[in-house]
Amino acid sequence: MPKWFTPAAILCGLMFVVSPVLIARAPDESSMGMVYKIYYYHMPSAWMFLLAPLVCGISSALYLARGRPGDDRRAWAAAELTVLFGALTLITGPLWARRAWGTWWVWDARLTSSLVGWMIGWAYLILRRYGGPGSDKLAAGVALFGAVNVPFIYISVNYWRTIHPPTTVVPRLPVEMGLPLWFCVFAFLLLFILLMTMRLRLEAARTRLDALYVALDE
Amino acid sequence: MSTERRGHAAGSPFARSVWLVLRKDLTVEVRSGEIAYTTLFFAASCVLIFAFALVKEGRAPEGGAAGILWIAILFAATLALGRGFERERQSETLRALLLAPVPRPAIYVGKLLGIVALLVAIEAVLLPLVAFLFTARLFAHPFWLAGIVLTCTVGLASVGTLFAAMLVRARSRDMLLPVLLYPIVVPVIIAGVQGTAALLQPTVEIALVRFWLLLLVTFDVVFVVLALWTFEAVMSD
Amino acid sequence: MSQPPHQPASALDFSVVAVDEVSRSFGRRRALSRVSLRASQGEILGVLGPNGAGKSTLIAILATLLRPTTGQVRYGDAAASEGAGLRARIGVLGHDLFLYPELTARENLEFFAGLHAVGDPVAAADAALSRAGLGARADDPVSSFSRGMRQRVALERALIHGPRLVLLDEPFTGLDDASASALVARLRQLRDAGAIVVVATHDLELAEQLLDHTLFLRDGRPAASMPRPDRLRAVYQDVMRQRPDEAQP
Repeated sequence: MPKWFTPAAILCGLMFVVSPVLIARAPDESSMGMVYKIYYYHMPSAWMFLLAPLVCGISSALYLARGRPGDDRRAWAAAELTVLFGALTLITGPLWARRAWGTWWVWDARLTSSLVGWMIGWAYLILRRYGGPGSDKLAAGVALFGAVNVPFIYISVNYWRTIHPPTTVVPRLPVEMGLPLWFCVFAFLLLFILLMTMRLRLEAARTRLDALYVALDE
Repeated sequence: MSTERRGHAAGSPFARSVWLVLRKDLTVEVRSGEIAYTTLFFAASCVLIFAFALVKEGRAPEGGAAGILWIAILFAATLALGRGFERERQSETLRALLLAPVPRPAIYVGKLLGIVALLVAIEAVLLPLVAFLFTARLFAHPFWLAGIVLTCTVGLASVGTLFAAMLVRARSRDMLLPVLLYPIVVPVIIAGVQGTAALLQPTVEIALVRFWLLLLVTFDVVFVVLALWTFEAVMSD
Repeated sequence: MSQPPHQPASALDFSVVAVDEVSRSFGRRRALSRVSLRASQGEILGVLGPNGAGKSTLIAILATLLRPTTGQVRYGDAAASEGAGLRARIGVLGHDLFLYPELTARENLEFFAGLHAVGDPVAAADAALSRAGLGARADDPVSSFSRGMRQRVALERALIHGPRLVLLDEPFTGLDDASASALVARLRQLRDAGAIVVVATHDLELAEQLLDHTLFLRDGRPAASMPRPDRLRAVYQDVMRQRPDEAQP
């Protein structure tokens, strides 16, 4: 592990421990009171959930173009983070929705698009696990297609929604863009980087181990 | 197949290769009929099953006919793609195609056109069937319908052909094709169903149909181009 | 043997294939380990070894279907990544025959001739069919052929574009005596016409009649390389029995 890892991990842990304090001290939102505070975790994790597939898609494109194993490892790690942060987003979102509107799920454009994107992440991981040899290139193709697909998914789901009158209105919540939010964003970003680094090193070690096995036979 | 052409073929190597692959696929399919008949029957069965599941008091749910139609087509396409590439796997003929000095994307385009032709043939039977069973006025605006159906089919086939070709030598390839394909073609399905459903309304909003058609055309262009670029990279070992 | 059909202008020409310390592994499984060889025009090189020795992998690498994990393959001056021009000069008869069972022999040949930009695919297919002695069954689907007949069609398919490098992976499998002798004669003709022929096989009797030069593979490693010895079977058993560090030069 690089030298900065342990201090960064400690910092990240501390930030997460401190964050509830900061969040509790943020002002309540007028219509929903305390409930909306889950947004302070929901928003940053949603942003990571946008960042991860971007990294995955770009790494996959690079891997297809250049064939460097490092790109493939990064794509795989990013896909796992997509599924992780997607899960966080899709859990915190409905928790909020339940309190705010009394229903767990709403077919609004963003939630539904997120669900589809999350499934593409799962599809990537299933392919890597069960596809056998050669699934690195295939998965890169899937990731690339998934990444390019994002605007299409969003537009089609958005307009699909407007056909059917929404059962509840999803407001754009004006979250206090102050210290608590940026604090949480930074904490999540740090978490993202730490997890990514760990995963990349694990995969690099595995590759080295494979090479050693092969070299042993030489 | 053999007697019409004499002398060396005209046209660019790319177009010529596409034509050869397409013609070979169509010949094989016409001769055995296996994929066409089985997928057609399967699609018709799907429609029936959905009818039994969803129809209440003799009426399909609003917009149900469009949904049932496109689910049946999606399932049929999945089967056809899987079976079509399974054929190439059996004598490793896909390897032989890759060994030939033809531009690799030409193989993709040839296969794509073959799948599209097959699906259009199936849709030609399926559309009247759905219109008949659900008393849906599908053919009131035939050109718009044809546009939606064609662009949607190309959308499904463009991604499906690439994925099916990629999966030829993977393990669990039968299961993996739908797992990978369905999330990616969500926009195509939405656009196809919504576009078709819009055409079934008592008063048709052409502007809406045009919107979905435009989305489908854009999807097709983007993803065919992407597939052309990706095919070479994923097919080489 | 008749003249090879007209070549497309972009096809490469080479007289030597050089494999330089090529290794190939699949994850943890090492299929080939530091194999080197040189195959020249007018020569039949045999790759001999038991099952699992890596012969098919080596053929696939020579055919540009697989990329080596390390090492290099050069075709004359060109590297393996030259693409279509290079592929036009390579003909492969694989373990699986690369034939469409639903198509007739004639259609298979015409299709592949067309793909390989042979000048007149119909005439080339005709000539190939008569060379294979299959004129009578030309319009029957390949699925109705015996293994030996399919092999003959597959061989013609591999050669229809007059390749410079001919690769054959276990071509004698399932052939009866007559077909096997015919194949040996055909390969000798190809060699005399200036092709580079590489044959992977574990059939030592036929190898004895056919080969000019031999490479012995064991467990993916080159065990020995020499001009074809007079008593091939004895040498083969000797080589395969030795420990790796005792390998002959």
